[in-house]
Parts: sequence; C-alpha cells; structure tokens
Amino acid sequence: MKLFKPQNNVLPGFGPTLGFTLFYLSLIVLIPLSALIFRTAGLTWGEFISTVTAPRVMASYRVTFGSAIIAALINVVFGVLVAWVLVRYRFFGRRIVDALVDLPFALPTAVTGITLATIYSSNGWVGRFLEPLGIKIAFTPLGIILAMTFIGLPFVVRTVQPVIEEIEVELEEAATCLGANRWQTLQLVIFPMLLPSILTGFALSFARGVGEYGSIIFIAGNMPMISEITPLMIITKLEQFDYQGATAIACVMLLSSFLILLVVNLLQRWSRRYAE
Amino acid sequence: MGIEIENISKHFGDFSALGNVSLTVPSGELVALLGPSGCGKTTLLRIIAGLETADSGRILFNGEDTTRSHVRERKVGFVFQHYALFRHMTVFDNVAFGLTVRPKSTRPSREEIRKKVTELLHLVQLENMANRYPSQLSGGQRQRIALARALAVEPQVLLLDEPFGALDAQVRAELRRWLRKLHDEIHVTSVFVTHDQEEALEVADRIVVMNRGKVEQVGTPDQVYEHPASPFVLNFLGNVNLFHGRISQGQAHLGGLQVDSKGYAGADDTPAVGYVRSHDIEIERDRQDDSSIKAVVRTILKLGPFVRISLAIEGNSEFIEAELTRDTYKHLNLQQGEQVYVRPRRVRVFVEDFQI
Repeated sequence: MKLFKPQNNVLPGFGPTLGFTLFYLSLIVLIPLSALIFRTAGLTWGEFISTVTAPRVMASYRVTFGSAIIAALINVVFGVLVAWVLVRYRFFGRRIVDALVDLPFALPTAVTGITLATIYSSNGWVGRFLEPLGIKIAFTPLGIILAMTFIGLPFVVRTVQPVIEEIEVELEEAATCLGANRWQTLQLVIFPMLLPSILTGFALSFARGVGEYGSIIFIAGNMPMISEITPLMIITKLEQFDYQGATAIACVMLLSSFLILLVVNLLQRWSRRYAE
Repeated sequence: MGIEIENISKHFGDFSALGNVSLTVPSGELVALLGPSGCGKTTLLRIIAGLETADSGRILFNGEDTTRSHVRERKVGFVFQHYALFRHMTVFDNVAFGLTVRPKSTRPSREEIRKKVTELLHLVQLENMANRYPSQLSGGQRQRIALARALAVEPQVLLLDEPFGALDAQVRAELRRWLRKLHDEIHVTSVFVTHDQEEALEVADRIVVMNRGKVEQVGTPDQVYEHPASPFVLNFLGNVNLFHGRISQGQAHLGGLQVDSKGYAGADDTPAVGYVRSHDIEIERDRQDDSSIKAVVRTILKLGPFVRISLAIEGNSEFIEAELTRDTYKHLNLQQGEQVYVRPRRVRVFVEDFQI
C-alpha cells in the first residue's frame, strides 16, 4: 500500500486537502499537546511519579474516570431510549423534545452547574424530596455523576438517532415472520445494528465527562479525596504556580483518555466487522 | 395448505386499497398476483401474511380462520423485494434465524440446525457461502438466501413480494426459472406479487390479475392470455391496438373492419372497441380480400427477435403497432412511407361500458 499516493481520480484535490488537514491538526491539536509534554519534561522521573501518584491526585482519577464511565453508561441506556422514542413515535411536542435534547450542548457549563446544585441541594425543588430518603446529590460524588450525565446525553442521542432512522421496518417484519418475538427481534436484530453507534455515543459522552470542569465544581462540593475531580487538581496546581505539576497531571489524563478512546474505537470497528 | 380470502377490504385514509376481494389459492400452487403499481396486490399479500390487518373480511388457512392470529403463529415465509437480510449475521446465521429463535422446548439441537441449514443452502445452490456476510453477495444470491431463510421454518405458505424486482434483467430471468423449478420440487403453496406480465406468465400456475383494488380475472396463464375477461386484462398482458367503432345486431363495425361479435347480439348501435394484439396483425403488400385495411408504414423498430412497425390508418388518429418476426420482415422488405394492407387476425370486441 502506498501511503500518500492517491489513485488516479477524476475528482482532484487529494494533495491540497491532505496538506491542509495535516497543517490544521498540527496547529490546533498537536502543537499545544506537545507543548504540554515539553513543559512536563522539566520534571525528573521521580518528581513526575510522585506528583501524579500523590494520594489526593490518585483519588481524583478515581472520581473523574469512575464518574465519567458511570455517567456514560447511564446515558447509553436512556439516550438510546430517547432516540428510539423520537424516531419511532409521533406525538404532540415531539419537535420540542427533540430540540430540548441539544440544550446541554448550548448551555454555559457554569449555568448548568449552578442550576443543578440549586435544584438538587437539600432545600431545592428536587433535593427537598430526596433528602428524607437519605439521598444527597448536591455536593457529593453523586452530583458529579449527575452533571456528567446531563452534559453527555446529547452525544448518545445524536449519534444513535440517525442509525435508528435507517433501520428498515422490513427487517423487523422479517424477524417476526420467522417467529421471533419482540424481545428477540430487539436483542438479535436491532441491537447489533445499533451497537457501533452506541459505542461511539458512549465514547463521546465519556470523553465529555472526563473533560468537564465548569458545571462540576459547582455541584461537587470539592472535598479532598472524595469529590475532587482531576481538572480541579490541575487548576489548584496552577493557582499555586506549580505549572509543571499541572502539566504532569494533564499528561496522565491525556494518555488515559487516549487509551480508553482507542479501546472503544477498536470495539466499534469489531462491531462493524460485517460491513467491510 | 390452501388459502381462502373472503371479502377482504382495506382502506388507507380515503384511499380504498382493496375492495371486497375474494380469492382461493389451491394447495401446492404457485399463484401470481399481477397488476400495475397501486392496484393493491402488495397490500393483499401483506394481509395474507398478517403484516397488515384488513378492515373487514376473513383469511382462512386450510379452512381455519387466521384473521385474528399474529404473524408469528401463521407460519408464513415472507420474501421481501429488498431481501431484508440481517447484515450483521453470516449467511448461515441468517438462514438459521427462524430455528434459533424458537422456544427451548421446540428448538432443534445445534447439530440438527446445522444439518437443516446446510440442506437449504444446498437447495439454493450457495453451500460455500455459509460464512459470508450479505454485503459480500450479489443481489441474486441475497434473494436466494432470503428464500432459504424463509423456508427454514417450514412455512405452510410462501409469500414473495416482488422477489425479483430489484435485480437486473438477466439475473431476474434466471432466478424466475429457478424459482419455478424449486417450486416443482417442494410444492409449498406460494403467492408472489409482480407487475411484470412476462414473469407471471412464465412462473405461475395461476394468475390473479388485479386493478384498483379489485380482482379482474383469475386463471391459468393460458386462460388469461387467450381469453381475457376484460379490456384491462387484455391491455395489461401484452401490447394491444384499439379500433373504435359501433356494434349492432351481433356485428361490429370498427373503422373499415367488420367483426362478428355473437356475445353482444342484443346490442344495438352501441359504441364498441376492438382490441388486437400487436403480434396478431399481419401485413401484406397486395390486398387479398376486404377484411384488410389500407395503412402507411411510419416507423420500423428492430427489437432483437422481432420487428415493431408503426402504421398510420385512415380515420384512426392513433398509430397501430404490428410485431413481425425478423424473417417475415425480411421477406416483406418493408420501407418507411410505403403503403400496405394490415389484416387483424384476432379481434376481441368489448362495448365501451366495459372500458377502463
């Protein structure tokens, strides 16, 4: 395989577009990221390890990645449900519900955080009813999951929705004619077709959760070892003018996010193996 | 396993898709529902399958009322125009699907399923494709897999919705010959929908010609072709020419043509139309008797095995078309603009009321 050699194509433009793509990606993504690593390189290996494995920082990884995974899982379940209802049923106000799904995209994250914290605090609209049941959401790790779920929902809905739209009714009819019940049709016919898009939605929702800062700090309570997220640790380091410490933690986040997204992408490719 | 269709009606909003249709499909026959698009043939097929519910009427399988039973319980094999194969499953899993979804108590063992699927793949001549995905097959192969999948559950009835509609001409011809052969081997009661008269004439034991939600005629291919019950059937099965005129005392006068029409002995000076198939028109240079009409050759189209000739007739605004074999055409050596005589061999007369 020749890597950069285009096949003879009537439609021109391979050279300039590839050139521009590489230039643009370097400018916007690669150069800032390499600066990050470059900055971190000022630390010795021992200093680096002790910075990124400090107990408070370790706890923040658990909180961030753990919450992001749980939130993404919640979003997968309910996001698919929302997408399904929006595609398959016609009901009054469907367009409005459809538009509402995108709100978390548009809302400033600080507004999200303050709103959620207010509603779920012990005297808020929702929190008031949860308090007697012994459930505290605002200013606890649960609040972090809640915020991540909120901001990640549209990613799942918007990736799964078009795929559901494209499933022909004939496939379900064929399955029914062959004797499959509704559950079997869903499990054996529909779900495998949605799986690639579900994995993409999961990855996007997860990535968004890991990177989220603005809304979480308002609702998390930010207690060391319990509800501090990694981005907050980075900010804390920056406020103490510990730039190298901040970039060191950032590098760890970068690497782990990259690995997780890579795994999801490989899974997604596997789930589409029939398409060739 | 015969199917009885009793007084089925179906509306979609204001549109009447089927109006009081009754039909019997004898056990073991291959029946074609033939008609133009929008005539209700697919709707009827889907009602038989249970994928659509009729507004009124009954469907009986072997004398048993199945109108209310669910698609799953009807044991029908349905083949879709666009195959509807599960693209994330291999060919093997597609064919095995109907068996693997059975409840544990009636599900065959793994080994039995393997055997059955292999048999079916052999039947559709695709044994070595078992591990491929549908996207790796050609259209004709996909449709054969869809058929094998439908047959795996040993359906009482096989229903095919324009099964060859998405295939190119050559594959289509090949596959319909193959379907005919397959049906001769397995004899499952089958109904297939088509808008292609040639396909229906070639494959079916019996043809049901439909138009605007009604059955126009039911009969063997020979019957519907040789003895069409209505102008619509005549028109739909092959190219026809129209001669307008009047009928009185059992004799039709159609612009220079005199035709005996005993069927309308009572008609008195009633408008009538004579229909003549293109291949029932003879062309001659010299007038032999007064049953031929003067005409002028307008265009000559050579279409493979036959030659289509348009002729202008005095007093007839529309051109008439005659189909000659290549040999006859060469023998006559016709030229454009030449004056000739046309002699309709078989004229079928219908009074205007019957017209579409």
